[in-house]
Amino acid sequence: MDFSQIIPSLPSLWDGMKLTLQLLLLAVAGGIALGTVLALARMSNSAVLSGFAKAYVNYFRSIPLLLVITWFYLAVPMILNWITGEFIAVGAFTSCLVAFVMFEAAYYCEIVRAGIQSISKGQINAAYAVGMTYSQAMRLIILPQAFRKMTPLLLQQTIILFQDTSLVYAVGLIDFLNAARARGDIMGQSHEFLIFAGAVYFVISFGASTLVKRLQKRLAV
Amino acid sequence: MNYNWDWNIFFKSTGIGSEIYLDWFVSGLGWTIAVALLAWIIALLLGSVLGVMRTLPGKVLPAIATAYVELFRNVPLLVQLFMWYFVVPDYLPEPLQIWFKQDLNPATSAYVSVVVCLALFTAARVCEQVRTGIQALPKGQSAAALAVGFSIGQTYRHVLLPQAFRIIIPPLTSEFLNIFKNSSVASLIGLMELLAQTKQTAEFSANIFEAFTLATVIYFVLNMSLMTLMSLVEKKVRIPGMMGGAK
Repeated sequence: MDFSQIIPSLPSLWDGMKLTLQLLLLAVAGGIALGTVLALARMSNSAVLSGFAKAYVNYFRSIPLLLVITWFYLAVPMILNWITGEFIAVGAFTSCLVAFVMFEAAYYCEIVRAGIQSISKGQINAAYAVGMTYSQAMRLIILPQAFRKMTPLLLQQTIILFQDTSLVYAVGLIDFLNAARARGDIMGQSHEFLIFAGAVYFVISFGASTLVKRLQKRLAV
Repeated sequence: MNYNWDWNIFFKSTGIGSEIYLDWFVSGLGWTIAVALLAWIIALLLGSVLGVMRTLPGKVLPAIATAYVELFRNVPLLVQLFMWYFVVPDYLPEPLQIWFKQDLNPATSAYVSVVVCLALFTAARVCEQVRTGIQALPKGQSAAALAVGFSIGQTYRHVLLPQAFRIIIPPLTSEFLNIFKNSSVASLIGLMELLAQTKQTAEFSANIFEAFTLATVIYFVLNMSLMTLMSLVEKKVRIPGMMGGAK
């Protein structure tokens, strides 16, 4: 084992990590936004809306993320081409981002739904009683409480997503893992770079989940 | 929309031997199932041992199991797969190394790596479920068993585990489903499982949408059937008198 080339390679590994984090942040933001909309649709009185949301969640939870990533990588450019009628170069990054947002939304949806359902009925009744509309009650009363309750779960899912971003390797995007693989091959120390990458993922995930556990204790009522 | 839909593609020749594309999917599904089932059996055994270890009195055994869980839960699955496939074989004893790299054909050595990887990865999750199941039982259960003279081993075997396993069937079911989905990472080290066959079909036939639609349907149907199967099992082994138990 010879880890001598890791330090000189840190800048290019950091480039990969930046891409990983960028993808992660955008996917989390998009996933939670879409997931919240889906959760609201799933709980709405409209059979069509809730049926659609349920089917969406079931669909994405039964197929592997890697299938979604590969699928979107091939399909997003073609679909955009049909819609706009002209060829638009969509990078692997955009395709992956769309795949992650759509896939993760199904998981975030279930977390948000559980969070909303854990709020007592009296809250929404009280909001109606003081004359709020449904959307006001949701926006001002229910969602803020629900999000506080589900913060630990959302963060836990985000840590899982952080690890799952490494799957973009499948479509050749240079994220942290792929940067480490490529750099390791060039430097002739592929084992060492892979072990280093594993260690970095471990330290970040372990550190983050320790923090989440602490937060969970503090937020517990 | 200038895409030529052609659902007959699956019955067309691949141009390789007398195979049609559907044969590729069948063999891919076969690999997926072969990976998932073997890995699941190992994960269930190892995970149960680790789960029991985490609930044992003393310090050393629980600490080992905890360290295992943290290690395998906090490293991405793909990184673990690369470790098992690219790194670990180089540090095996000489005869094993030669066997793995030269005697095995590439499909088998990829299969071995994926099974080991998924089994150890999933064992960490099974461990947590087993631990939760054991800890969810009332303290009186183990106290009573020890009081009538059971050894710790007997307490686990006859009192705690039979109850714990029945409680944790729902989360174990989702781990079981996960192992099928996770087996798709095998496509990245060249094992021709379902996803790899799908990609290959998409490339060979240029009928991307049909290929991926079929793959999605297969995963979906697989998932639904396993879920139905597991809910039958759950009904069968329910503990009477518990919440949701038999009436």
